Amino acid sequence: MAEIQEKDSGGKGKQKKFNVRVDFTPMVDMNMLLITFFMLCTTMSKPQTMEIAMPRKDVNKDEVTDIKHSRAVTVLLGRNDKVYYYTGRLEKTDYDKLDKLVETNFSGDEKSLRTLLLGRNTEVVQQMKELKAKKENLEIADSTFTKQSIEIKKNKESPIVMIKASEFATYKNLVDALDEMNICNIGTYAIEDITSGDLRLLNNVDPGAGYEVIPQKK
Amino acid sequence: MSKKIQKKSTFIDMTAMSDVTVLLLTFFMLTATFVQKEPVQVNPPQSVSEIKIPETNIVSVLVEPNGKVYMSLDKQPDRAAVLQKMGEQYNVQFTDEQVKKFSLLSSFGVPMQVMSQFLNLSTEEQDKQIINLGIPCDSTNNQFRDWMRYSKEVNRDLVIAIKADNNTPYPLVKDIMETLQDLKEYRYNLITSLKSMPEI
Repeated sequence: MAEIQEKDSGGKGKQKKFNVRVDFTPMVDMNMLLITFFMLCTTMSKPQTMEIAMPRKDVNKDEVTDIKHSRAVTVLLGRNDKVYYYTGRLEKTDYDKLDKLVETNFSGDEKSLRTLLLGRNTEVVQQMKELKAKKENLEIADSTFTKQSIEIKKNKESPIVMIKASEFATYKNLVDALDEMNICNIGTYAIEDITSGDLRLLNNVDPGAGYEVIPQKK
Repeated sequence: MSKKIQKKSTFIDMTAMSDVTVLLLTFFMLTATFVQKEPVQVNPPQSVSEIKIPETNIVSVLVEPNGKVYMSLDKQPDRAAVLQKMGEQYNVQFTDEQVKKFSLLSSFGVPMQVMSQFLNLSTEEQDKQIINLGIPCDSTNNQFRDWMRYSKEVNRDLVIAIKADNNTPYPLVKDIMETLQDLKEYRYNLITSLKSMPEI
């Protein structure tokens, strides 16, 4: 639909000036269609990931380092999104103590796991806050930040968390628990197999859930 | 003298509009990363982690809530090479056409026994069937292990990404991780969606 307009230039009638105008409407239509296609078919944000490292399976017993029991926090992921924790070592005498296991959650209120871990990890949290502030003010580079945060997290007093998921836990529970480690700047944490002692504790607090089943060991 | 009403042309110049759309189009084309077709829809859980997944050399493992496992490799030559190796292991012969078809699939999850028939199907049929299949990964018939082993053999730099649904039971993910641990793979990326960091 290009439009050619004729204009008389002067009275001679011989020289004619053409004003060539091309109608771009169909071009715009087509472009809009293509844009719509690209908008619908692309993902603008790349998915986030959470990096985890699992322990090696073939570790010698001698290489295992003992940790201070006072630093240990064990998180148990139970049925129906329930979360429990206990601190320190689980002795045989603790099996039937009902107050060994404390119910908690991932919400961030005062009963939550976050409050507990932040309370036990104040030094690291404080140092990390300062480091993050430095990074935000562009005083230190990203690589320095990573290096220093690793150093800070090696703190000798910060808790060591063991995450043990029962067979009823979902993947979301696990990721939530790992997330909590990130939020609370816990340097050392591990995902471990649930033991029969842990199951017994779970069964004590929530008898109806059927925890007594001992998971298969490979 | 009566004034004649001038007839105005309704012609609108679309050139500027066209410029804008072409610019937008260029932007979208350059930033486009296409949505990977996945056999089943999974909703990954949210986390505060802000690490982005690397763009290339990923082998991703998809675990859906019922425990079906699918895998995807991001490079077509890798896919073809892995299929050949799997074929040798399970005594399945593939024609060149089947290999080509396989390397065009964005993700796969079919037991080796039916792989050949599966590759002969049309794309629509494949999409319908794959929902009910999945890679067997139980202890007696752990084809997932072989897929993973050969993927790593073909391309040493592969990064393992695990994508599981919110409601995937933990034991299923644990089985996958244990298989990977057996293969001496200890570092994984768990794919999550972003949530904002809470104030502490």
